[in-house]
Amino acid sequence: MSTAPAPPHASASVPDNKGRFGDFGGRFVPETLTYALEQLADEYARARRDPEFMRELDGLLKTFVGRPSPLYPARRLSEAVGGAQIWLKREDLNHTGAHKINNTIGQALLTLRMGKTRVIAETGAGQHGVATATACAHFGLPCTVYMGSEDIRRQKPNVFSMRLLGATIQPVESGSRTLRDAVNEAMRDWMSSVQDTHYIIGSVIGPHPFPMMVRDFQSVIGTETRAQCLESFGSLPDCVVACVGGGSNAAGMFYPFVEDEGVRMVGVEAGGRGNRPGDHASPLSHGSPGVLHGSFSYVMQDEDGQTCDVHSMSAGLDYPGVGPEHSYWKDTGRVDYVACEDEDALTAFDRLARSEGILAALETSHAIAKAISIAAEMSRDQHLVICLSGRGDKDAMELARLRGQAWE
Amino acid sequence: MSELDQLFAAHRAAGRKAFLPFVTAGDPDLDTTAEVLRALARCGASVAEVGVPYSDPIADGPVIQASYQRALDSGFRLPQVFDLANSLRGQFAMPLITMTSYSIIHRTGMNRYVELAQAAGYCGTIVPDLLVEEAQPLADVCRAADFSLIQLVTPTTPRERQIRIAELSSGFLYFVSVTGITGERHQMPPGLLENVAWLREQTPLPVCVGFGISTPETARTLGRIADGVIVGSALVRRIAEAESRAAAVESVTRFASDLIAALAEK
Repeated sequence: MSTAPAPPHASASVPDNKGRFGDFGGRFVPETLTYALEQLADEYARARRDPEFMRELDGLLKTFVGRPSPLYPARRLSEAVGGAQIWLKREDLNHTGAHKINNTIGQALLTLRMGKTRVIAETGAGQHGVATATACAHFGLPCTVYMGSEDIRRQKPNVFSMRLLGATIQPVESGSRTLRDAVNEAMRDWMSSVQDTHYIIGSVIGPHPFPMMVRDFQSVIGTETRAQCLESFGSLPDCVVACVGGGSNAAGMFYPFVEDEGVRMVGVEAGGRGNRPGDHASPLSHGSPGVLHGSFSYVMQDEDGQTCDVHSMSAGLDYPGVGPEHSYWKDTGRVDYVACEDEDALTAFDRLARSEGILAALETSHAIAKAISIAAEMSRDQHLVICLSGRGDKDAMELARLRGQAWE
Repeated sequence: MSELDQLFAAHRAAGRKAFLPFVTAGDPDLDTTAEVLRALARCGASVAEVGVPYSDPIADGPVIQASYQRALDSGFRLPQVFDLANSLRGQFAMPLITMTSYSIIHRTGMNRYVELAQAAGYCGTIVPDLLVEEAQPLADVCRAADFSLIQLVTPTTPRERQIRIAELSSGFLYFVSVTGITGERHQMPPGLLENVAWLREQTPLPVCVGFGISTPETARTLGRIADGVIVGSALVRRIAEAESRAAAVESVTRFASDLIAALAEK
């Protein structure tokens, strides 16, 4: 594939009708899934133009999810850092404790519109699994969640929550037994069940229209943040930081700012244990464009095209691919992508916990770590927003294990 | 005329139905794969599909997926699939094609992949995750090289789309019998025979049916309406369950011979 010269700036009018964000995205799936993807794209296009659908979605986001989420001034943390004023977009305060539910409510509504009667999902950290199980319980839809057995081990509290909500957990033992393998198994289920089942993908990954649709459902984050910044300090933020695994909280936060050229945006990938292959999960920092899970995007692949093993202590970032729009933003230079190592994320977790009384998810802690160093280089009259994508309660047991403490 | 065109023209002229076995390259090792291919050629298999192990095969069921994983775990690298065909050159007339995920073709480069495969002795490829919307560039490369690009049609593919797919395909059309992943099944889905018969009237390309075929009875029934049948998981499972290379060859030979005999019955 030839790489076209990057356009001078990123456009918000992407993707095109083939699901391409510049060169990235598209649809690379078995023919069996085409029918369902077309049906989904059509139904989603109709739903977006349907005021009734948008009213129902907005209503649920308000009364069920608890939106809008606050934009919180992290004064003690800002003071300690001594640079920009740090603001936290509190997606952790949503029902189920993360941004994931913004998307699952939207897709569950679409499931009903398409007349499908069953939902499947993949999950890494379990936040998307819980958010899907929650939306399905709310609408009375049966739900099966695929989860790697390694992730089941490290995110137990979410596994229990999903079961309490009536979801069936399908442990995945293949490959690295993490998020990537859970996506494979969910896709295989969908290959056989596509006529009556909707696959609620949890990130801005996968074949068109998922990357666009999930971004749109998550854009409520950036849209609210934009308005809250204007209201709180009378201008747009100077910098916005979010963590990137598949990239849904970041896409939702960044997209409404894409054409605001004065807003610097930084996506933070999982740097794991270091730069060596297999030690991190940073395809935008260390990978190259290739095909994984139905779309063309940056990915960690070997020279044969086999997906590489990746590592992150956080299950939600432990993924070798990334949403195609992030690849587009990287190549157009609109967003800077950096990697944060496990150790630095852990330090940032503690720092936020002790200075603000907030336990952030391990995923989010990567963004906090980089945001702290970026804010330190900025001046006190500038404003930096962190997307606080999820709360850290789910990580308490894993943190205890990582630190060698007994959970008693 | 490509190698596959000639083969299917001869089959049609003789009223013969094609048997297309699938084996995974390098499962459990490349010498076994080579032995099995020689055995399949001796039994009278028409065309063999050589599966290129891939780390994330979403169209494949547990049997083929596990075979890919075994091959990768034992160190399979892409050049070995080309070495395999090279090492078999001149040993039999049965054409070989690859079954390759687009991730691998993209990483290698379309032109280079076709060049390497053709030089090794493959006469075409199936790309199970390349939709008609994205397939034109590869179809152009393949056409220029007289290398067949076999595309898939499924039960959920609308009829006008089936015709578009047929127009972009060469060699033969792969009709997926079920809405699902690869693997053995005991029943044929309703409407399959009618759908295959309809498609055969729309295109000069041979139509071969695959996914879920594991018994001589199914092969016989499908042989009446299709140009050939493709059998993968049932063979891969036999190779995996065999206790030695000789046992694998024996088991594959017996199974393939039964299917070929069933296809020859009118």
